[in-house]
Amino acid sequence: MSLLPRSRKARQRLLVIAVAAPILAAAAGLTLYAMRSSVSFFYSPSQALAAHVPAGQGIELGGLVAKGSVDKRSDGEVEFVIADHAASSRVNFRGDLPDLFREGQGVVTKGAYRPDGVFEASEVLAKHDEKYMPREVTRALKASGEWRGDPQPGAEHP
Amino acid sequence: MIAEFGSFCLILALALSAAQVGLSLAGRVREEASLVGAGEGAAAAAFLAMAIAFGCLMTAFITSDFSVSNVAANSHTAKPLLYKIAGVWGSHEGSMMLWCLALTGFGAMVALSGRGLPARLKATTVAVQGTLGLLFIGYTVFASNPLLRIANPPVEGASLNPVLQDPFLAIHPPFLYAGYVGMSVVFSLAVAGLIEGRTDAAWARWVRPWTLAAWSLLTVGIMLGSFWAYYELGWGGWWFWDPVENASFMPWLAATALLHSAVVTEKRGAMAAWTLFLALLAFTFSMLGAFLVRSGILTSVHAFAVDPKRGALLLLILGLTSGAGFVLFAWRAPKLAPGGLFSPVSREGALVLNNLFLCVAAATVLYGTLYPLIRQAISGEAVSVGPPWYNLTFVPLMTAVLLILPIGVLLAWKRGDLKAALRRLIVALAAALVVGGLVLVANAPQKALAVGGATLGAWLIAGSLTEFAERIRLGRAPWAESWRRLGGLPRGGLGMTLAHIGVGVFILGTAYETAYRIDAAGVLSPGDRLAVGAYSLTLTSVGEAEGKNYVAERGQISVSRAGQIICQAQPERRLYAPGRQTTSKVALCLRDLGDVYVVMGEQRTGPHGAPGWLVRAYWNPLARLIFLGPLLMGLGGALSLSDRRLRMGLPRRAAEVAAKAAA
Repeated sequence: MSLLPRSRKARQRLLVIAVAAPILAAAAGLTLYAMRSSVSFFYSPSQALAAHVPAGQGIELGGLVAKGSVDKRSDGEVEFVIADHAASSRVNFRGDLPDLFREGQGVVTKGAYRPDGVFEASEVLAKHDEKYMPREVTRALKASGEWRGDPQPGAEHP
Repeated sequence: MIAEFGSFCLILALALSAAQVGLSLAGRVREEASLVGAGEGAAAAAFLAMAIAFGCLMTAFITSDFSVSNVAANSHTAKPLLYKIAGVWGSHEGSMMLWCLALTGFGAMVALSGRGLPARLKATTVAVQGTLGLLFIGYTVFASNPLLRIANPPVEGASLNPVLQDPFLAIHPPFLYAGYVGMSVVFSLAVAGLIEGRTDAAWARWVRPWTLAAWSLLTVGIMLGSFWAYYELGWGGWWFWDPVENASFMPWLAATALLHSAVVTEKRGAMAAWTLFLALLAFTFSMLGAFLVRSGILTSVHAFAVDPKRGALLLLILGLTSGAGFVLFAWRAPKLAPGGLFSPVSREGALVLNNLFLCVAAATVLYGTLYPLIRQAISGEAVSVGPPWYNLTFVPLMTAVLLILPIGVLLAWKRGDLKAALRRLIVALAAALVVGGLVLVANAPQKALAVGGATLGAWLIAGSLTEFAERIRLGRAPWAESWRRLGGLPRGGLGMTLAHIGVGVFILGTAYETAYRIDAAGVLSPGDRLAVGAYSLTLTSVGEAEGKNYVAERGQISVSRAGQIICQAQPERRLYAPGRQTTSKVALCLRDLGDVYVVMGEQRTGPHGAPGWLVRAYWNPLARLIFLGPLLMGLGGALSLSDRRLRMGLPRRAAEVAAKAAA
């Protein structure tokens, strides 16, 4: 007496399900596992301070580039300060800044805090459009009361 | 006048689409050929009207008519002609025009070419396609008409974003949109098939060429965009798992699955419901992409003009069309004729696996794309899902499906012989291991990614060639016999081989480039050197250069290897006068299918106090394979499309299968 269904059609269907289930389970498992380790959170400097982001943890840090804070050194490194109304973070970045990087404008950087509290950025997000304000920065600035009007929708690419 | 005439033609196209729906439906219900014919005529006329409207917009761009708001916002008199034309689809409104043009174009093609299609099925398809046209042209007319005038025209336009002024970006959207919108025909055929209850092998045979065409165009379109990002953005990367990229990749994955499942439905009459589902899904993903990109709901590195009101409208269209499609599917699919039986080890079985993996992979991409949105809505936290996440989820799934690919193509329909297939693949496996071994030996440090990727790529290429050699019985029959067989080989099979080789080439390039990319940066004064891998870059001088609408600093950098100069790189830093934007123009030195990639940044004080320029350089080994692979895939698709069998109406074999399934 077999537990398998009698009709060949049903057996074929059962087989497909038996193959599909582990693939789906594996995909779901991978997804959840990757969610724990490979997703980075966005913080503004004051949010990062409040959340006590540990050194070495990969995050995105965004805010306004403080006026007069950009120091481009001859060894190719750049230092600048990202600020919101309540706090600021020194950021160190090695590489070429995006063409639209400006003092006083919004920016998003990816990287991690060093033990000495300086944010080591591996990537400064290049936005194609100079009028564009990163969404997270807008939200964080709105939350901290430093928002001054909506940016214009800008040029684009399809 | 031109703009008003264009607006008129756009509205005419809307009215003709309505006529297309009405006439085709009436003709179908009353079974009257003249009404159906009129519906087809309306479809062709709608395309004509749309083409004239599009031509009017293009004329406005070429003549720099700044009284048209869209031209004023996106063009400039000093722009080169090519970018004036490309500016037409450089904005949201213009790109919707392109979308509608492609939509009506495909509608006209179905109406005029679908001779072998059963009359009822065709009439319904034309009606459904007309409904899509009605919705999207309606959206363009009422919510995003690019032909509107402005009261006080400016003297000069705001110009197109300089990074978009590039020949590759000029042709990227037409390919991409033709691919996206090509899926609409597949969608219409699926809906019509469900309504008419005709989703047999003959239906699958009709769906396949449209899928192939759309898939090929989409493949090439994505590749062009990726190549543009690679050499225009100056980050050296070519894929960022950005939401906008994912938006184009999800329809591609669905279409790839559909392409394979439609073969099963066509050849064996099985999996009809699943093929239908994928046909609906592919265009749903296309529309979802349009919505995600245009609504600005997701943060992307690609900045688009966003408008929440338009986003809501696009969401409404998406909900209406695919909602209706899937409701219809849920209602009618259970009544579909069951397909043929097959053993788990068979071509069908392999294609089921292929579909499982591709669809699960598409689901992970969808989840990764939407996750930040869900998280934001639930907990208010801003998160980003980037490459590490996709490397852990998407990559293993695709690796699994690619590992079984060469085995699958060697299995026979219905009941395959796994042992025999594996035996035939021994040479291919050996070749793959040799390539992997060479990569292992030739490089220091050794990297698992490069070795694994090269082995997998070589496995795919060698496996595809094995299947090809089997077909012409190479080495097992006299040469003359093999030659004769080669001549008689259907192009569909050749296309498949070419596309699968393309996948292998892509994997090989991707893994190798990712593992062994080297970068270096430094502030160079004239005479200074920068080493990147085995290459040495010397900045000779920085001069000035002038383009039609920009002035540039142009660096002269000689690239040498082992003391021998191999090329002169001329990276530029351009300042576009309109809009006062600067961009970097990357210089590429092609060498052994890899690129020495040179970007010149801003001026800084050099190490010795002299003025210097920040120069960044990458050595991207085998980078060109990343773009060659998808090109081969697209060519493979085109080759399959030229197969005579696809163009013939109702082939005997498919009809027999259908008859058997019905019996």
